[in-house]
Amino acid sequence: MALPQAKLDATEARLAALTPLAGGAWLTAAQDQAVARLRAMGLPGRRDEYWRYTRPDRLISVEPTPASVFKAKDETPIFDAFDAIKLVFVDGVFSPDLSDQPAVDGLEIERLSDAGAKDIHWAKDLYGVLEARGQNPVERPLAALNTAYAQDGFLIRATGKVSKPVRMIYLHESTTSDAILHHVIKVEEGADLTVIENGPAAARFNKVMEVDVADTGAFHHIRAQGRDHERQAATHIFARLGRESLFKSFTLTANGVLTRNEVVIELTGDDASAHVAGCALGDGDFLHDDTVFITHDAVNCESRQVFKKVLRNGATGVFQGKILVKQGAQKTDGYQISQSLLLDDDAQFLAKPELEIYADDVACSHGSTSGALDETALFYLRSRGVPVKQATDMLTLAFLAEAIEEIADEAIADEIHDRLAAWLQRRRG
Amino acid sequence: MLEIKNLRVKLEEEDKEILKGVDLTVEAGKVHAIMGPNGSGKSTLSYVLSGKGGYEVTEGSATLDGVDLLEMEPEERAAEGLFLAFQYPVEIPGVGNMTFLRTAVNAQRKARGEDEMSAGEFLKVIREKAKTLKIDADMLKRPVNTGFSGGEKKRNEILQMAMLEPKMCILDETDSGLDVDAMKLVSEGVNALRDAGRGFLVITHYQRLLDHIKPDVVHIMANGRIVKSGGPELALEVEHNGYADILAEVA
Repeated sequence: MALPQAKLDATEARLAALTPLAGGAWLTAAQDQAVARLRAMGLPGRRDEYWRYTRPDRLISVEPTPASVFKAKDETPIFDAFDAIKLVFVDGVFSPDLSDQPAVDGLEIERLSDAGAKDIHWAKDLYGVLEARGQNPVERPLAALNTAYAQDGFLIRATGKVSKPVRMIYLHESTTSDAILHHVIKVEEGADLTVIENGPAAARFNKVMEVDVADTGAFHHIRAQGRDHERQAATHIFARLGRESLFKSFTLTANGVLTRNEVVIELTGDDASAHVAGCALGDGDFLHDDTVFITHDAVNCESRQVFKKVLRNGATGVFQGKILVKQGAQKTDGYQISQSLLLDDDAQFLAKPELEIYADDVACSHGSTSGALDETALFYLRSRGVPVKQATDMLTLAFLAEAIEEIADEAIADEIHDRLAAWLQRRRG
Repeated sequence: MLEIKNLRVKLEEEDKEILKGVDLTVEAGKVHAIMGPNGSGKSTLSYVLSGKGGYEVTEGSATLDGVDLLEMEPEERAAEGLFLAFQYPVEIPGVGNMTFLRTAVNAQRKARGEDEMSAGEFLKVIREKAKTLKIDADMLKRPVNTGFSGGEKKRNEILQMAMLEPKMCILDETDSGLDVDAMKLVSEGVNALRDAGRGFLVITHYQRLLDHIKPDVVHIMANGRIVKSGGPELALEVEHNGYADILAEVA
C-alpha cells in the first residue's frame, strides 16, 4: 500500500537532513537495509494505530524542539554511589575523557564507530537484526531510523559473570542537541550483565538497545530518565531470549514533556523469563508512553509487565502493552498490569492492554486501572498521627511498590525508592 | 478527659441528621461502653471524634482535656492522644506494618515536640508488645493489615494502640469478627493498657466483650442520642431483654 504523501514528505525531509555513520561493509549494509525499511513504512503519523495517544510530531521533525538544560541543585546524581564502569555521553557523543577505561573480566566493550569500521564483527548478526525482527507485526519506524543513522553507541559482549555494572551516563548540555544512539548487547551462554542508564541525553533523544541473551544468560537493565523537563525521547529495547535466560528491565521516569519507551521482547528459548517494569512521575505538561510487545514463542516461559504512573496537573500517561502467545508456546505464564494514580482531576491515563493467544495451555492475566488515592487508607494513616502530606506520599510510594519490587538489586531498589520519595516531596503542594 | 456536649452531626452530602445531641463525659481511668441497635449513631460518633470526612457538626462540642477536637485535623487529634480502633481496619498494600507504626509514633512525637524514637529502641519496644498480643515477626513485616485474618487485624489495632499510648481510646466494635480465643487475647491487650491516666470508650453490640473488658459505665444509644446510662448491669439487661424494653421505657 502506498504511503500517504504527507508521510512520504515528512520521511524524506527527515532523511535528507541525516548522514549515516561511516563504517565497514557490515555496518553499511545494515544501515542501507534500515533505510529501505524506513522508506517502506514511513515515519509515524497521528493516524497510525500505535500513535493515537502520543503525538509523534516532535519526534519526527527535521529540527528538534529546543529543550533547556536543568541543573539540579544540592543533589547527588543518581547511581553515583554504585561502583560501575562509566561510559559518558555528552549530547549523544561519547566522551572518552569523562569515561572509565573498561578492563573487567568477561566483558568486551567497543565503540560503534570503531567496530563499525571493521570488515566483520560479531555484532553483524545483531545490529539492526533484532530491530528488524521487532518491526512485525507492529511497525517501529523511529527504531529503523535509528539503525540507519545512529551516530554513536557501544557494542557490549558479556562472556561471564561481569563483576560490576556498565553504566551509561547521558549528559545534556546543548539546548538544541539531537542525539541518535544505538547499543548492541550480547550476553553469552551463562553470562550475567547489568546495564544502568541515566540522564536526559539531549534536547531530542532517539535510542535503540538491542539485547541478545543466550541460553542461561541473565541481563539486568536499570534506567533513570533525566529530569530536564523539556527534553523529548523515543527509546526502543529489542530483546531476544534464549533457553532459561533472564531479562529484567526497570525504568524510572520523572518529568519530560515527551517520552516514548518501547520494549519488544521475543522469548525464543524454553523456560525463559522476561520482566519489564516502570515508574513514571508526571506533573503538568508531561507525557509518558510505555509501549510493550512481548512474544512468547517457546514452552514454559514467563513474562511480567508492571507499569505504574503517578500523574497530576494535566499530566498524561499512556500504556500500550501486548502479550502474544504463539502456537506451541504452551505453559506460558504472562502477567501484565498498568496502573495510574491520578492525583487530581486534570490528569489522564490512556491504556490499551492486549492479549493474543494461540496456545491452549497458558495462564495470562492483565489489568489496568486508574484512580485517585484511597480516602479510607488516607484517613487510617492520619488517624494514627501521620500528617496528610506524609500519608499521601506513603500511599503513593505504596502504589509504586509493585514496580520497584521488580528490581533484583536491593541497593538499587532503595536508591530508586529514595528518588521517588524525594520527587514527591518536592512536588507536593 | 473526653467531654461531649450536645453534639449534633449531619451527613455532609445529604440533609440527614445522625447524631441528635449527644452528651457524654469519659473520665480518666474509666471505661465507658456504648451499646445500641444498628443505625443508632455509635460508629458515626467514633468517626466524628477522630475526624473522618463526610460529616458536618451543626451544634455542640467535643473536647479532650479541654482542647477542642472538632477544629483539628485527624493527625492533630491523634497527637493530642485520641485513638480509634477501627471496626474494619484498612488494608494498605505496599506499606510495611513496622514502617507504618514507626512513622506514626515518630510523627506524633514530633507534633508534641518530643524526640523521635530511634530504630533500635522502637524495635525493642514493638517486639515486646507484639509478643503479648501473639503477633509474630512476619506479621510486623507484612504490609499493613494486608491478607490478615479478622483476628489478626484486630490484634494489630491493639498493637498500634499499645505503641501510640493514647490518652483516650475509642474501640469501635472491636469484638466483631472475633472468635472466643481472639476476643480474650484482644481484651487482655486492652486491659493491659488500663491505667489511671487513660480513658476508654468501648462501642459494642454485645455484652460478651464487656465480660472481658469490664466497664465502669454503660450507655445505651438510640436514634442519635444517649438514652440511658448505668452500671455494668445495664449491659446484662440488654443481653437478656434486648433493646426494646429500654427503648420503650425511655420513649
